[in-house]
Amino acid sequence: MIAFLTQPWPWWFSGMVISSIMFLLLFFGKSFGFSANLRTMCTIAGAGKKVKFFDFDWKTQSWNLVFLLGAIIGGFIANQFLTADEPFQLASSTAADLQKMGFAEPSGIQPKELFSWEAVFTLKGFLVLAIGGLFVGFGSRYAGGCTSGHAISGISDLQVPSIVAVVGFFIGGLLMTWVILPLIF
Amino acid sequence: MKFIKFLLVGIVFGIVMAKSEAISWYRIQEMFRFQSFHMYGIIGTAVTLGVIGVALIKKFKIRDISGSPILFMPKDKSYPRYLFGGIIFGLGWALSGACPGPMVVNIGYGFLSFSIVLLFAMVGTFLYGVIKDKLPH
Repeated sequence: MIAFLTQPWPWWFSGMVISSIMFLLLFFGKSFGFSANLRTMCTIAGAGKKVKFFDFDWKTQSWNLVFLLGAIIGGFIANQFLTADEPFQLASSTAADLQKMGFAEPSGIQPKELFSWEAVFTLKGFLVLAIGGLFVGFGSRYAGGCTSGHAISGISDLQVPSIVAVVGFFIGGLLMTWVILPLIF
Repeated sequence: MKFIKFLLVGIVFGIVMAKSEAISWYRIQEMFRFQSFHMYGIIGTAVTLGVIGVALIKKFKIRDISGSPILFMPKDKSYPRYLFGGIIFGLGWALSGACPGPMVVNIGYGFLSFSIVLLFAMVGTFLYGVIKDKLPH
């Protein structure tokens, strides 16, 4: 059991856990949508005084902020207590493609070319993270949801708008991966 | 006390995102390059079970913990926002390798540089709020 949990989790098990989370939240009278927290945090930071979109009673979203806090703790627990020292397995075709863009063999789950402090404190490295975050934040609110709200919750309810949003996620993701990333790296 | 259940579910969410490696930039690259089944398997399993479960909730009119019926709100039937918003989201997802949930899970995991990604995701959300009335929805 412990051995199973400390390995990287298989896709089928992870998928089952994620759908259980969605159903637990429904059972608790809430709906699974993580990016709503970004709007709530803007409201708490005072954005509601200037911009009407942020002028709402954020306390109705406190449960979601508690969920967010749990997610941070969960990431900590996974790294501290549920990680065996196994090398990260990356598809060899992906490793080869990334090598052409100057990425070394992976030494962990995140590339140090993007997320180490050395990378962050270069202009390019900073802009990659900042623009990436900016687009995710802008796009998720414009689309009315992110992966949890549209790809998981929305499609589970067979909502056409969510299917359109996920098609959009892929158009943007493919454009970035195949066209823009090779221009940047 | 009523919040403890959300904390626990959030912890499980953080653990599953980390242990499935869905928080990894590399896994998102594998997905958008169609070079691994892993992410498709995760989302496909979650959605398949989700479709079945939501259908059962509707068929049997299942109620939530407080006894109210579980309702699903249909989203607005206007498509530009979902397509354009989705494309912008996808561009950022493939660049930073993280959607909003994995951003905070990465911070907990110890990749503190994701704080920058998260901060700018808030800035992006704020910008949307400022110009939303000028955008096609």
